Amino acid sequence: MRRFVLLSIAAILSAAIAGCADKAPEPQGEQPIRIGLVAKSLGNGFFDAVHKGADEAAGALGAQVIFTGPTTPTAEGQIEVLNALIAQRVDAIAVSANDPDALVPTLKRAMQRGIEVISYDSAVAPEGRIAHLAPSSDELIGQTVAQLAAELAPNGAGKIAVVSATPTSTNQNAWLAELRKALPQYPGLSLVSVVYGDDVSDKSYRETVALVKQHPDLNVVISLSSVGLVAAAKAIEDQGLGGKVHVTGLGLPSELAGYVRNGIVPKFAIWNPIDLGYAATQIAVRLARGESAQQPVSMERLGTVTFDTSGIGAMGKPFIYDASNVAEFEKVF
Amino acid sequence: MNAARWLRWESMLAAVLIVEFVFFASTSPYFLDVWTLSDASFNFTERAIVALPLALLIIAGEIDISVAAIMALASVAMGLAAAHGVDTPALVAIGMGTGLVAGAINGALVTIGRVPSIVATIGTMTLFRGGAYAVLGDRVLKEYPASFAVFGQGYAFGPISLELLTFGLLAIAFALVLHYTRWGRAIFAIGANPIASRCSGIAVDRYKFVLFSITGLFSGLAAVMLTSRLGSTRPSIAQGWELEIISMVILGGVSVWGGKGTILGVVLAAIVLGLVNFGLGLLNIPGIVMSIIVGALLITVVAIPAIAERWPQARLRKTS
Repeated sequence: MRRFVLLSIAAILSAAIAGCADKAPEPQGEQPIRIGLVAKSLGNGFFDAVHKGADEAAGALGAQVIFTGPTTPTAEGQIEVLNALIAQRVDAIAVSANDPDALVPTLKRAMQRGIEVISYDSAVAPEGRIAHLAPSSDELIGQTVAQLAAELAPNGAGKIAVVSATPTSTNQNAWLAELRKALPQYPGLSLVSVVYGDDVSDKSYRETVALVKQHPDLNVVISLSSVGLVAAAKAIEDQGLGGKVHVTGLGLPSELAGYVRNGIVPKFAIWNPIDLGYAATQIAVRLARGESAQQPVSMERLGTVTFDTSGIGAMGKPFIYDASNVAEFEKVF
Repeated sequence: MNAARWLRWESMLAAVLIVEFVFFASTSPYFLDVWTLSDASFNFTERAIVALPLALLIIAGEIDISVAAIMALASVAMGLAAAHGVDTPALVAIGMGTGLVAGAINGALVTIGRVPSIVATIGTMTLFRGGAYAVLGDRVLKEYPASFAVFGQGYAFGPISLELLTFGLLAIAFALVLHYTRWGRAIFAIGANPIASRCSGIAVDRYKFVLFSITGLFSGLAAVMLTSRLGSTRPSIAQGWELEIISMVILGGVSVWGGKGTILGVVLAAIVLGLVNFGLGLLNIPGIVMSIIVGALLITVVAIPAIAERWPQARLRKTS
């Protein structure tokens, strides 16, 4: 019986292999360009908005977008997703990296097999990509957030704290560094603590509660992650500190509109993730068609982007949302 | 041969594997390509290498939750050594040595300290992972020599990666030891009844200590491969892998109560899980749907033999 099982396995496998050998995929001339768009993790409102913009650009350019990502924001999970895209022989990959270094060997292999690789949002180390599209420059983000904190602290003075994502997140650390650099312009502000919520709601919530217990005289909580900002706002609301402690940072209008209306998050900043997906797809498709990243690359409705010597280009500066415009954007993303 | 024998665990897994293979081959034009399948093997080989010794440990009635944390600690140790200019062979020795020491600590806690293994290894999991974070924080170590890349990115011959070859050879070695030696029979005996084993002259504690140490050693080897494949070390490396590795062992038919299991089952389970993830990825099925499918697969494969085992008895009762 056991031999029969083994024999049937062998028979079916050989039949399957033989059957599929004939229809092995040949790269056809007139196939649409396929772009693999990789998120840090799925089920994240930000990347759903990126996907929306990517589809818009792909529709205009006659390309096809494969939107994918791991369930948890890990480098190992992203590598599995990237391997699947490489096996499908996509024409280009645009990835928001969970780890700038760990993805490099996999992405190098993708480039060796003729796939154009760019990173967007969170960068990959230069060896692992042709170009990186930053949504804004780190410097502009740091300055914008410092300015928001100064506007929200009473008379521009007080104690502020940051709820970050994971300690290994590339963009979180870059923005935090620029925020620290921008703070001396506002001598009334003092940064008392940085805590890590790992981009997980309940951990960010608990860290925020611990923060206000530890620093009862805190004025402003800043979170540079959309998950962290909602969790921090909820924590401040539940602790009954609305009006006393303000929350601001980078977040999504749909998640924060309620907090803008009740005054817990009077204003916050974010670039438009729809534009980011649109721009990343525009660039990926143009590179796959043979344009060079050394020349300025057109992003159609968003103008052109010029990549510097290290391959980094910025899409634009972050946009500030408050009670006057949040209602308009909360339906969008 | 009766129906129950037919529904052995390994046959179930082999059937699932065939279904997966035929399904993916017919739905994705990219699946049946030697290089695609070779790439797919990287999705499970490192975890499977840890699953082999862990299967022995679980058969012996113990468990090690700290395997992924041991990998992180070993990776950090190698990263620090590489930053000081240590060469490749010594790096491998450091990685595996760190694993061995960490495994021996688990073994000592369980056999000398008499701490239940689940408690001891949950403790060391936090300790080892915490140690990795304490040393590195948000830094990254990536000064690995170029020759170090061979372990996670190199190929033995053709599309057979060095990782896959290592896993294959280890699987054969573990199967021989477990199923064809006195040591293997002692491991089953310890898992089935530790007290009777001790009374019949088996050095139960020595076996357990060695099994914990070996599990640590191979976690160190898996760390060498993963670190080499990623080309860098961060303290979050292999985060959450302990559950994936334990899932492999359980899906492989190893009884969580000890005393039962085969290496063939664990090997099949590793391939089934690796292929299902890769195949669903090829079809661009969102990861959230993917984890639901993997969960359903786990429950199905575990439940069907259990139900089948009770089925003849129920029928007997009816007829009598």
